[in-house]
Amino acid sequence: MDRKTARFNTRTRVMVYIVLAFVYLAGVLLWGLLMDPEAYAVDYRVKFLPPGAGHLFGTDFMGRDMLFRCVKGLSTSIVIGVIASAVSSVIALAAGVAAAVVGGKLDSFVNWCVDLCMGMPHLVLLVLISFMLGRGMKGVMFGVALTHWPELTRIVRAEVLQIRAQPYVQAAYRLGKTRMQVAREHILPHVLPVYLIGVILLFPHAIMHEASITFLGFGLSAEEPAIGVILSESMKHIATGKWWLALFPGILLLAAIMLFDVIGENLKRLLNPGSGHE
Amino acid sequence: MNRLKYIGGTLCRMLTLLAAVSVLSFALVALSPIDPLTAYIGTNSTLSQEAKDAIAEHWGLNDPPAKRFLAWAGNFLKGDWGTSIAFKKPVKTVIGERFSYSVALMLIAWIFSGTLGFLAGVFAAVKKGSLWDKIIKTFCLALQSAPTFWVGLLVLSLFAVRLGWFPIGLAAPMGKLAQDVTLGERIYHLILPSLTLGVLGISKITLYARQKLIEILSSDFILFAKARGENISQLVWRHGMRNIALPAVTVQFAAFSELFGGIALAESVFSYPGIGSALTAAGLSGDVPLLLGIAVFSAIFVFAGNLMANILYGLLDPRIKEGRANG
Repeated sequence: MDRKTARFNTRTRVMVYIVLAFVYLAGVLLWGLLMDPEAYAVDYRVKFLPPGAGHLFGTDFMGRDMLFRCVKGLSTSIVIGVIASAVSSVIALAAGVAAAVVGGKLDSFVNWCVDLCMGMPHLVLLVLISFMLGRGMKGVMFGVALTHWPELTRIVRAEVLQIRAQPYVQAAYRLGKTRMQVAREHILPHVLPVYLIGVILLFPHAIMHEASITFLGFGLSAEEPAIGVILSESMKHIATGKWWLALFPGILLLAAIMLFDVIGENLKRLLNPGSGHE
Repeated sequence: MNRLKYIGGTLCRMLTLLAAVSVLSFALVALSPIDPLTAYIGTNSTLSQEAKDAIAEHWGLNDPPAKRFLAWAGNFLKGDWGTSIAFKKPVKTVIGERFSYSVALMLIAWIFSGTLGFLAGVFAAVKKGSLWDKIIKTFCLALQSAPTFWVGLLVLSLFAVRLGWFPIGLAAPMGKLAQDVTLGERIYHLILPSLTLGVLGISKITLYARQKLIEILSSDFILFAKARGENISQLVWRHGMRNIALPAVTVQFAAFSELFGGIALAESVFSYPGIGSALTAAGLSGDVPLLLGIAVFSAIFVFAGNLMANILYGLLDPRIKEGRANG
């Protein structure tokens, strides 16, 4: 094992992880979206089957195949995660760059908003937003999409502030370029790597929060397959020893989250000149 | 004097933020399509329309939101947090009762994850690159990605159902009067939920301590200390600890926010009657007063954590103290 990792450098490893993650996520997503609902239909003849050849992940209290339900559920989670990351990252980029480039009142306002959003536990904020939208799918979607920007905004802002102090940016200002021009031509391209890593690391958070809030009962209805719903259902049967209802869905979720974490962390190391060539 | 000013400034900022948090929470709740009246009387109530109108009038539901907010905020400051619909008790009593259960849970998890995580991080950093380091690191990365409620479910199914060592849920044996519950039984019921919470909190502090110590151990003054002939335990104790202990404590205090989210999930898994499960119940049953009360309370809790971290930093870090005095 040791020799093997030594032969691959970080760059190759990251590529392998990216391909792995992409195959895994795209596979789950496509499989889930194109899945025939019959695959996880109710069948009382086969309820509570432990994992085996016929049903790889076992079946639940209504005889639904857990493998198909989990894949379907995870694909829903991925869709929500992608949308949430996209929305949050756009907000973060706009707010972060604007705060640092314009400065002054706008900067303090953005900072204040970040502090405000981080002042409440994330889960409480999610519950409140979901409550505002009358619970259900919409509440989860908006909640997760609108609450993940503060940390990324901080990162982007700090990065922009650092770049803004560079001599070449100051020179560009002296040459008569406007703030917009400087922001677009000189600042944005340098923020992009940090920003992209931030987005990748945001994705697992979004999925995890989606699962958590759904688990607490604020999200999708009980018939719909979603990892949070499946796990919250499994809670009722765990006391009677139906461990597979909880174990496998969680592993699928964990794999998705971990792959993204690993990619993000490795990319961070690659793009940092200090550790890029280790 | 400077220190007082520093703490005062932080406190001021937090108070304005707290006010904003309550405005935000109130706005979110007020915009909800979930009707508090329906939540109160139920959907198939036989109450006449006049009676419903009378309740709505009494509650002030017909007033504009701004007026309602001012009424609520005024009462809140006076100590009247309203009455919980779901629990039929004053919100303050509910939060107090529930929090007294949660606080033990959080405290145990917090101290457990802090000490063990810190030690594991230091150990991993000292043995950087070894098998132990790799195991600790991989374990932490996996835990970081694991959802709280899932780990809770696994712990529950292994220790409570399979092995039967611990109770399956609740904070006390079922069917026993509250005054008869012994301390031992309380602790017995606390172990699994706090273990779950603590294990999840560990990864952050471990990775942080490890990273910091590795950075410090590769700096020039450590090289000089090595040249003077200090061995590794001297290096860590004399130079490493002093530099990482303080930021680590700060990180642990700043984790208050995640801790609060964590208890909501952990309590839901272990059906533990704490403040987290009260939050879930309030949200699901449309209990607006309790929801608002818990939202503001949780914000106070997070601010308290941040404030303590800030004060600790200001008090203990000689650089900040001097910087303040000079500036």
